[in-house]
Amino acid sequence: MVTRMKGFQKALVLLFAAATAFILPGRAAAALTIEITQGGRSGTPIAAVPFHWQGTGDPPVSLRSIIAADLHRSGRFELLPPSDFLSKPSEFSEVRYKDWRLIKAEVLVVGRIVEKGPDQFEVSFQLLDVYRERVKVGLRYSATAAQLRQVAHQISDRIFYEMTGIKGAFDTRIAYVTMQLSDGGDRIYQLMIADSDGHNAQQILNTTNLPVLSPAWSPNGQWLAYVSFSDGRSGANVWLQDISTGTRRPVARFDGAASAPAWSPDGKSLALTVAAQGNTDIYVLEVASGELHRLTKHQAIDTEPAWSPDGRYLVFTSDRSGRPQIYRVSRNGGKVERLTREGKENAGASYDPTGKRLVMVTNRGQGAGYQIGVFYPASGRTDVLTDGTLDESPTFSPNGAMILYATRLGSDGVLVAVSADGRVRQVLKLTDGDVREPAWSASR
Amino acid sequence: MQRFWTILLVLFLGVTLAGCAASKKKGGTVEVEDATIGGSETEVTTEATASGVDSDDTTAGEIITIDQDDADMDDPLGQRVVYFDFDSSNLTPEAQRVVEAHAQYLSSNPGMAVVLEGHADERGTREYNLALGERRANAVSEIFQALGVAPDAIRTISYGEERPISMGQDESAWSLNRRVEILY
Repeated sequence: MVTRMKGFQKALVLLFAAATAFILPGRAAAALTIEITQGGRSGTPIAAVPFHWQGTGDPPVSLRSIIAADLHRSGRFELLPPSDFLSKPSEFSEVRYKDWRLIKAEVLVVGRIVEKGPDQFEVSFQLLDVYRERVKVGLRYSATAAQLRQVAHQISDRIFYEMTGIKGAFDTRIAYVTMQLSDGGDRIYQLMIADSDGHNAQQILNTTNLPVLSPAWSPNGQWLAYVSFSDGRSGANVWLQDISTGTRRPVARFDGAASAPAWSPDGKSLALTVAAQGNTDIYVLEVASGELHRLTKHQAIDTEPAWSPDGRYLVFTSDRSGRPQIYRVSRNGGKVERLTREGKENAGASYDPTGKRLVMVTNRGQGAGYQIGVFYPASGRTDVLTDGTLDESPTFSPNGAMILYATRLGSDGVLVAVSADGRVRQVLKLTDGDVREPAWSASR
Repeated sequence: MQRFWTILLVLFLGVTLAGCAASKKKGGTVEVEDATIGGSETEVTTEATASGVDSDDTTAGEIITIDQDDADMDDPLGQRVVYFDFDSSNLTPEAQRVVEAHAQYLSSNPGMAVVLEGHADERGTREYNLALGERRANAVSEIFQALGVAPDAIRTISYGEERPISMGQDESAWSLNRRVEILY
């Protein structure tokens, strides 16, 4: 009996492998389209001059467009329209400051891109203070055509830092999940990574009818932890995937479904939820040793752990008071403290890099539905940032200046990047299908 | 007895494919396919309708009205799906009747395996709903065990809000999605 089964099993594996290989080539990675739906006419007035191109044909990318979109999306800058510019300098020596005072620019970005050889470019830029008539910063980069978008994001990061004192987070990556219905009614899930502005999207996992959710970046940007299912009969588990090689494995085998992974700031531990006998509690798994520590023990739902930036505490969602609210516990376990007291429901909280704010999903009651709120534990105050009815999965940018979340636009799931003050919104969507579950990496 | 072997085969397929899926890899991207779902979903009866109350502001356990025209009303074994109130894993009296009937059938047919699939509507976070689906499936499992179904014969699995029956965004759709499917 045993040997017969083995032959049978082998035949099944071969059949399945053949069927999958046949299906593969038809599936294209879904690209995001990006639109800014709500502009802000406030922030520092900045003039970014189109970069001067010195080479054959057209420049490979428009650096100015990428930089302008980055700065605009942050909500900290008012980008002046190039049609108002009285001159088009490409270097500080060519700048007539009065041209820029006339159109009320406070700062000016000039630069050039020079073709030095086959697939070899040199980019230089300067950021100028219009009223003090001086160069604030100037830098030069060498790059291939494929690296030019990244150079543009690094220039945006430098400008953002010079103007705000906050480290820029444009040269970072995001992860998200797409879901599309096939003609046959199958649900096709893709786990994707992309640049922080949604460009250069790359598929790293593709599943059929097996949901994928809760991607979480390791602090060094090498690993993604996420929740998925290995087949239609087993519960959810947390998987680890090396994003450069595609190698993946279940993080451990648990006595029940596992979900909601969150990396500790030092990258050594994963907080997660394990459901034992149907009841979910918070655990911490030491990734190297596989050691598992239980942090909460309560018959209520405890889930969605997230670390404080110093790694000493975790916040999590629990319905131990009747409805979901945010609680806090030491990373060593012990006493559990309730944080949120306002609002009918609060869930899915995570810290900003200072540890002073939490972003979360909040339901204020009276049929308001679910919005994104920023909660200040010290004062207990919550600022509601959005006005949707099913806004979810908020994540701070690594510098805390922006928030990325998922919502519905008509019948489609979309991502929205919003400045932390809520003024500027950018929508990232698929032409066909849902985008959801965004996660922002701390590093590139 | 034939059914028993069918279930064994389906379970076996699941395990085989799991092993296969975990190892498959192609140039940085990974492909995983669930080939068992078609089989399991066709077994699900979705005609049973729960309608009526907007449970968002009602207390857990309130009676939901059941469509009286439903042909399955007289035979609880014909109903393979039980429905829940918003954010609740308490069984309604109707759900209790259906679950007990299945429990009695299963306990008098030892050797049959059952999968309890817990689901939630789209309101609330995805991870919370995964936990809620788990709790709903477990609520049914506890009644099964109390009525003599062997624990080894029961598997619970939660899909949270990820596998809705109805794609609508109102109470009539949500009420169909807050459910446990009894699959055997």
